[in-house]
Amino acid sequence: MNELIWIFISALLINNFTLSLFLGLCPFLGVTQRMETAFRLGLANIFVMVITAIAAYILNTWVLIYAPYLRLISFIIVIASVVQFVEIAIKKLSPVLFKALGIFLPLITTNCAILGLALFSTNKGYGFLEGLIYALGAGGGVTIALVLLASIREETRILNIPNVVKGTALNLIIAGILSLAFMGFAGLFGSH
Amino acid sequence: MSNEVNGSQNMQEFLKGLWKENPVFVAVLGMCPSLAVTNSAINGLAMGLATTFVLIGSSILVSLLRKVIPKQVRITTYIVIIATFVTVVDFTLQAYFPDIHKALGAFISLIVVNCLILARQESFASKNGQWRSFLDASGMGLGFTFALFTLGAIREVLGNGSLFGVSLFGKAFEPWIVMILPPGGFFVLGLLLLLFNWSAQRRKQRKMQTA
Repeated sequence: MNELIWIFISALLINNFTLSLFLGLCPFLGVTQRMETAFRLGLANIFVMVITAIAAYILNTWVLIYAPYLRLISFIIVIASVVQFVEIAIKKLSPVLFKALGIFLPLITTNCAILGLALFSTNKGYGFLEGLIYALGAGGGVTIALVLLASIREETRILNIPNVVKGTALNLIIAGILSLAFMGFAGLFGSH
Repeated sequence: MSNEVNGSQNMQEFLKGLWKENPVFVAVLGMCPSLAVTNSAINGLAMGLATTFVLIGSSILVSLLRKVIPKQVRITTYIVIIATFVTVVDFTLQAYFPDIHKALGAFISLIVVNCLILARQESFASKNGQWRSFLDASGMGLGFTFALFTLGAIREVLGNGSLFGVSLFGKAFEPWIVMILPPGGFFVLGLLLLLFNWSAQRRKQRKMQTA
């Protein structure tokens, strides 16, 4: 049990996917103009990550032990198609959920955070439950990072900022400061 | 005459990736690897060259197959082609350069989802011949390598006081550790983008003055 909590906190804060591993930066810089959109993108991320963790576990246990050189190709194809299926299913079963997450799902399926999650949890040798907790933590971490950046960007809109700094340059510098703040979590559990 | 025009056009295809349409500094594509592995010059260089190889290989293949690939499944096909080349690079590095392979870790596999590569297939290689696709891919690849190397070199010099592992300043130098840690990546790239914006703005102003 302790182990699981540790995995969760580590993925959520200490090894935050966006701010300390640099995964999923495209949506992080691209879709954070508004806080609400950023939050929904974060939720979609958690959702796809959980599906990915399950798919990766099944592939690793039953298929890839026979053909490890196919890992990359099969991860990508399986993740993309499973997400597509789930998207169709949600559209049928729960229009409300589809409206909230729908447009983001195809956007993030081949995002590096998703593939990174599958590869990292394979490298770490996580089992089913550990992989699931890891996915929840990583997704939550991405959501925190997205919401933080979006809320700061909403504030910067009313400020008087020189034209040269506007855009990605400013976002990167804000992200750097956030990342600096998240480094403070590094000692949270002693030296691991 | 037409040959000459063609030649300079081809040259343009190659040169645009290096500076004017630089994938990292101007188009802001492929952010994840450009920040994650550039804590030293050699890592940046290795990542850039690996990406260049994948980009050139898949561009030529996509351009050869561009009339065969059905339009509806083109993206999937591109990804399978790219993933194949990445697997080749992954195993090659593991066999011949185990140190670099260890330093870059999962980020070699993550070349697959580098949006720069997919963008070049979709917007260039699928519409142009092999030779031009090759030029475009090598220009973009080298531009990417140049950007990664610059980032890596700046971060290594500031954060570690060395370049390619060779110490530059002697013992009195206090390393600016934060530069080789994650925040440093964001800061250095942010400042470089600032520099690019500034030079673009100056160029525009000068053009307005002369006009």
